[in-house]
Amino acid sequence: MKVQLEALRKSAAEKIAAAKSRADLEALRIAYLGKKGELTAILKQMGKLSAEERPVMGQLANEARAFIEEAITASDNELKEKEKAARLKAETLDVTMPGKQIELGHKHPLSIVLDEVKDIFIGMGFSIASGPEIELDYYNFEALNIPEGHPARDTQDTFYITDKVLLRTQTSPVQIRYMEHNKPPIRIISPGRVYRSDAADATHSPLFHQIEGLVVDKGVTMGDLKACLETLAKALFGESTKIRLRPHHFPFTEPSCEVDVSCFRCGGKGCPMCKGEGWIEILGAGMVHPQVLRNGGIDPEEYSGFAFGVGLERIALFRFHIDDIRLFYENDMRFLSQF
Amino acid sequence: MLLSKKWLKSFVDIDVSDKEFADVMTMCGSKVECFEKEGEELSNIVVGKVLSLERHPDSDHLWICKIDVGAEDTLQIVTGAQNLKEGDIVPVALDNSVVSGGKHIKKGKLRGVESAGMLCSLGELGLTLHDFPYAIEDGIFVLGDDCDLTLGKDIREAIGLDDVVTEFEITPNRPDCLSVVGLAREAAAGFKVPFSVPVSDVKTAGGDVNELLKVNIIDNENCYRYAGAVVKNVKIGQSPRWLRERLRASGVRPINNIVDITNYVMLELGQPMHAFDLRYLEGNTVNVRKAVKGETITTLDGVERELDDSMLVIADAKKPVAVAGVMGGEYSGIMDDTTTIVFESACFKGTSIRLTAKKLGMRTESSARYEKELDPKGCRRSLMRALELVNILGAGDVVDGIVDCDCTSDCVTTLPFMPEWTNNFIGINVPKDEQKKILESLEFKVENDVITVPSFRADVLHQADVAEEIARFYGFENIESRPLVSTTAGALNSTQRLQKTVSETLLSCGLTEILTYSFISPKYYNKINLPEDSILRNSVVITNPLGEDTSVMRTTPIPSLMEVVSRNYNNRNESASLFEIATVYLPVEGSDLADEKQKITMGMYGNDCDFFTIKGVVEALLEKVGIKGYDVEAVSDMVYMHPGRTAKLSVDGEELGYLGELLPDVLDNYGIDTKVYVCELDFNTFEKKCNLNRVFKHLPKFPASTRDLAFVCSKDIPVLKLEREIEGAVGKILESINLFDVYEGSQIPEGMKSVAFNLVLRSAEGTLTDEEADAAIKRVVKALGKLGISLRS
Repeated sequence: MKVQLEALRKSAAEKIAAAKSRADLEALRIAYLGKKGELTAILKQMGKLSAEERPVMGQLANEARAFIEEAITASDNELKEKEKAARLKAETLDVTMPGKQIELGHKHPLSIVLDEVKDIFIGMGFSIASGPEIELDYYNFEALNIPEGHPARDTQDTFYITDKVLLRTQTSPVQIRYMEHNKPPIRIISPGRVYRSDAADATHSPLFHQIEGLVVDKGVTMGDLKACLETLAKALFGESTKIRLRPHHFPFTEPSCEVDVSCFRCGGKGCPMCKGEGWIEILGAGMVHPQVLRNGGIDPEEYSGFAFGVGLERIALFRFHIDDIRLFYENDMRFLSQF
Repeated sequence: MLLSKKWLKSFVDIDVSDKEFADVMTMCGSKVECFEKEGEELSNIVVGKVLSLERHPDSDHLWICKIDVGAEDTLQIVTGAQNLKEGDIVPVALDNSVVSGGKHIKKGKLRGVESAGMLCSLGELGLTLHDFPYAIEDGIFVLGDDCDLTLGKDIREAIGLDDVVTEFEITPNRPDCLSVVGLAREAAAGFKVPFSVPVSDVKTAGGDVNELLKVNIIDNENCYRYAGAVVKNVKIGQSPRWLRERLRASGVRPINNIVDITNYVMLELGQPMHAFDLRYLEGNTVNVRKAVKGETITTLDGVERELDDSMLVIADAKKPVAVAGVMGGEYSGIMDDTTTIVFESACFKGTSIRLTAKKLGMRTESSARYEKELDPKGCRRSLMRALELVNILGAGDVVDGIVDCDCTSDCVTTLPFMPEWTNNFIGINVPKDEQKKILESLEFKVENDVITVPSFRADVLHQADVAEEIARFYGFENIESRPLVSTTAGALNSTQRLQKTVSETLLSCGLTEILTYSFISPKYYNKINLPEDSILRNSVVITNPLGEDTSVMRTTPIPSLMEVVSRNYNNRNESASLFEIATVYLPVEGSDLADEKQKITMGMYGNDCDFFTIKGVVEALLEKVGIKGYDVEAVSDMVYMHPGRTAKLSVDGEELGYLGELLPDVLDNYGIDTKVYVCELDFNTFEKKCNLNRVFKHLPKFPASTRDLAFVCSKDIPVLKLEREIEGAVGKILESINLFDVYEGSQIPEGMKSVAFNLVLRSAEGTLTDEEADAAIKRVVKALGKLGISLRS
């Protein structure tokens, strides 16, 4: 019997090793260990053994069963891994094939820049105000120290609706409208459409966007203006950007300045983009003229303020290296889908 | 404004590089556009003397010249010019030189004869006969004794072509800087060097101006001051070289000594001047008056101009002799035989001059200055300067006395001197005496804490204007930044937040944002088939549009959208899904301003999109902004929309907008051969009905039951009606209802359709039993049964 068990172990080991599939293994398990299996058949002979031999043989038989079970399990695990590997191999894809196309919407480049500017100013405690585009002469000119016959009216070629109604040429009228209804501290920007009678070409558009800024409070100085614009310039054009305030003239600010940023292409060394100057003009600003404060119902003896106006298109042209302003209003998908 | 460096240096002593000069001037408020060295492109051209001339052996027009250029060896140069003789002093372009136009000159052979360079004409030096009237046009420039005749000298120095011209952008508030003296004053303050304008010293030759000239200011509203003087025994001729040079550098063409004097004074002091020939001033009278309608004048440029009664003229006893402040008349102008002249130095109202110049379409150096309001105090000084120049040039005999009609009062602007206020306003700390120094360098008087503003600084009226003067010369770059201290909370308001949500939602639905012009052509209304009497044709009209295409403010966003759609279609972009939050401008009866409303506009074509694509986007948007329970109704009467494929949306009876397919006729108008779907929603209504607040609902604790139901009903019954009935019948255990099939065909009777829904039922209180679910379905079948709609068997 001992010999039989030895032979059984040996043949089982050989057959298990030769098994090619998990089904083969199952058949082997039944053939050796099943109710009608070979081991069972051998164990049936136990009755014929002596009382001394029985426990010894019993143990040998159990060992043989354990041995076969272990061998089957080990082989089964191995086959399972092989099958899995084969399946994964069969599932191999050409990962260089393109992905499924997803249609994305594209924000207009002017909106991209405007949203950035809004975020910068909201972070500095500004709110966003608006005003009408079809505007009264009073708000667009008179209240901003540009009376009838003022030379500045010539330089801002205006679209008129009637003698006293026009398409606003700047976002500055919002300054007056806002001050009429709000008390200091005032801290607003007002982005919007403005209109000038310029035929459309690569650098002109009869319609474009400005972002007006207005801060009025006790003790506001040009130092505050400078810091505010520095924050804007750094956020838009990078941390290393410097600004330069150049004295200028606007009827509604005093002192007035034009503001240059250090050229973001050459860093101020001079290149074709900044025409060799190292500086690029981006906006106009100044301390709010006392008469303008008064026109807005604010006492210039008590309060002071600063204001600025940025051309949105100009910033976007620089930002995206666009060379023709008309592209913004043609809305060709080949253009818009680049943003 | 072009500024000659030589001229400037006659007033202030500044010795810095041209670049530094430009930088400093720019930073203290006089913006330099560019600067240019005269004759910069010329090189290696020197003064030479013609020692001898002989004919070229092989040519009948060339000459072989021996030239002395002050060097040891004489040069042999061949020339084709015929105007030379021995002893002439001429410009000699040596071997390896550059003449005007960048042309390189090298030595070589002309018909076999060595030529060491070239003799130059005026043109080859970049000059014209105006610069040297004694030269000839097509020949070598023979230098006169107004040049430095040192042989070998650089030609630019020899003939005064060595100035540096700086171009300034002068802002309209500073007409005083449209002059050499004005810029010299700014430069002196900027570089902290002394500056003063010398007083003119005039020698007169007897007589009495009042016997020769009568001046009447008839329109004293538009003419503040008129000063005149008379010069007799005038000898018209060329001006000296130094004067011609300064005019040239300033961009003004020299004409003759008298005209040049008027231009010189204008450029130097900023006061336009005019000279009349007294012979042609009828009645020896100057009347400053409005023109009579229909009067004409031929101006100095030879053009006959018709005047109207808004224009100010200088007239003699009978007729206009000049358009005041703009241009003189040809008839009374200075001619070669003029012997007695009248100098005019006057001050007119800026607006009047500006409008006249604009109407006549002739903006001149003179009108450009007048329109910015000149200093009436400058009239007399400028007149004296002109007379002084007559003395200096020996151009004639100045008659004793001047006529000066002055309608101005003598008031001056004074302001309290408040250095502390200025420091606080600008955010600087400039000591009182330094502030005083800055103001005094600009010719403000500061005495006993009172500032007296000079008459030529009409722009300084307020304390803030004084502060600007201090800040400019203290330097804007020296103002210290002071970070804003936050006293206000920055945030979008609810409208702005909603706009942002709309925009973000549509972007995430794959729509691309467009921005379109607010103005359109009225013809665009035809393209969308608007009837003649449509209220939408009532637009705000621009009175002075650039062209018809941009002449009215849109009342509907659809034409702008369609322009973009058609442009994309024509550019062969296969598909586009677009949106804009567009403003429309609706006229309001009895109001100057329009009602500016925002419309959420969408348009799409291509990419297999259909009615339900755009509807899906709109549904997603409404879901996102919390607009629930809106009504959808088929409409067939919108003139530019497909009658069977258009839906109107409304909430609580208020119209929200519409969506659908564009009418094929309209697409034809745009030449578009594919279906286009559009949507227009009114933002105001949208905002009123939206609800961006969200309240958390617990996740379901109990399982749901689902039931699929199919009904057979008449084709005409809208699906929405069935949904509403089912919702009502099931009640609150209805979690969702989803249409999954609509079928018409063989198994369904003619004129009928099968509509299949998937219902999800769930109770918040416990697991639904089959009985509860079946009971709900029974209610549905019963409710629909009442409408004659049966369950499909």
